[in-house]
Amino acid sequence: MADDRSVDVPETFARIRADFLELSQADRLLLLLEFSRELPELPERFASAPELLERVEECQAPVRAFTEVDEAGIVHFYASAPPEAPTTRGFAAILAEGLAGLTAEQVLALPDDYPFTLGLTEAVSLLRLRGMSGMLTRTKRQVREQLAT
Amino acid sequence: MNVAADTTSDRIAQYAHPERLVTTQWLADHLATPGLVVVESDEDVLLYETGHIPGAVKIDWHTDLNDPDVRDYVDGARFAQLLGSKGITRDTTVVVYGDKGNWWAAYTLWVLSLFGHEDVRLLDGGRGLWIAEGRVMTTDATRPTAVEYPVVDRDDTTLRAFRDDVLAHLGNPLVDIRSPREYNGELAHMPDYPNEGALRTGHIPTARNVPWATAVAEDGTYRSRPELEAIYQSGGLGLKDDDSVITYCRIGERSSHTWFALKHLLGIERVRNYDGSWTEWGNSVRVPIVKGDEPGELPG
Repeated sequence: MADDRSVDVPETFARIRADFLELSQADRLLLLLEFSRELPELPERFASAPELLERVEECQAPVRAFTEVDEAGIVHFYASAPPEAPTTRGFAAILAEGLAGLTAEQVLALPDDYPFTLGLTEAVSLLRLRGMSGMLTRTKRQVREQLAT
Repeated sequence: MNVAADTTSDRIAQYAHPERLVTTQWLADHLATPGLVVVESDEDVLLYETGHIPGAVKIDWHTDLNDPDVRDYVDGARFAQLLGSKGITRDTTVVVYGDKGNWWAAYTLWVLSLFGHEDVRLLDGGRGLWIAEGRVMTTDATRPTAVEYPVVDRDDTTLRAFRDDVLAHLGNPLVDIRSPREYNGELAHMPDYPNEGALRTGHIPTARNVPWATAVAEDGTYRSRPELEAIYQSGGLGLKDDDSVITYCRIGERSSHTWFALKHLLGIERVRNYDGSWTEWGNSVRVPIVKGDEPGELPG
């Protein structure tokens, strides 16, 4: 199944998906846990001014995120979520790794259902995956808004 | 009852069923007791993996207790398989704790009670208090030895209410434990929480609003019996010991926490939890709904 989909997303997202899909359900959860530990710290300008980040309403945990498009058209994704919300941190870390270095056009072309293709529905549940989906939707909207200005 | 009750706390001793609650210190002193299994149930499916009480097993409200297809709990066979795999027999003393002030722990305790598991207790204060007190947590995997748990039928009539039960119950006390803005209809979901898809907002006619956290002190432990009586019984909601009461919230987790207080701490015998809650009521065709801060009138 992974092969059928590997062409539709940029390389890093495809690799992350393949990594998840080759694991058992229990190990997929542990991989998500690893991601949660690797969520990058916010740069100082966001850490000192969290209001610059947008609350992701679709997540149960208080996660905040913001996506910037730089002058070269490259997307930068920043997110913070508390340690008590490892699932949400994991979702954010997947996006942070996958989005790194992508152009705005590549981000807008990402399929909205990417979070549901990671094979996490059984281990994490559909309800919780909606949080990651919400993060991705908001990321794309923020990119669109910045391209328009 | 397999393991003797916690009798170390004067506050707990005052409750109607003191054997249903244990203190963090009691649990710390009894962790390795044969016949006792500690269960963690959290909102976040990965939180247990970041560190848990030594020896605790995990039961996830969503992936373990809910049927994957039908909106319902697992059946007796799956429940038996689940508990057996966690090293829980029918006689085991189960102590449940969790995040978010024990919402999901109380929910798990309630589901275990639907299956008639006799000795299931809540850790007063939950995961938050255990951590705040600097008690030991570990990431060491717990590997329980699988045991036999019998296949028992779930009793969906004594502790659980369905939508039609609620309609038939109107005129008797209903406790809506959501936040005031969910109750009065401004919001379809908790502040800062996802909308799980309710098409209408407001509350069930005549339901009284007592947000779940009213029942707990600052450290997350339940308030004393006199304080709870002042909130839910004389001086407060006026619930009587022989009343039939239904609690509800959004999907039944926060209301499990209040259900526990009414049933086990105050000893109101007939308390049911409506797990369909607002995500069902707010989508049901032609059920009566009241908006605003007042409980409202019974539909004619």
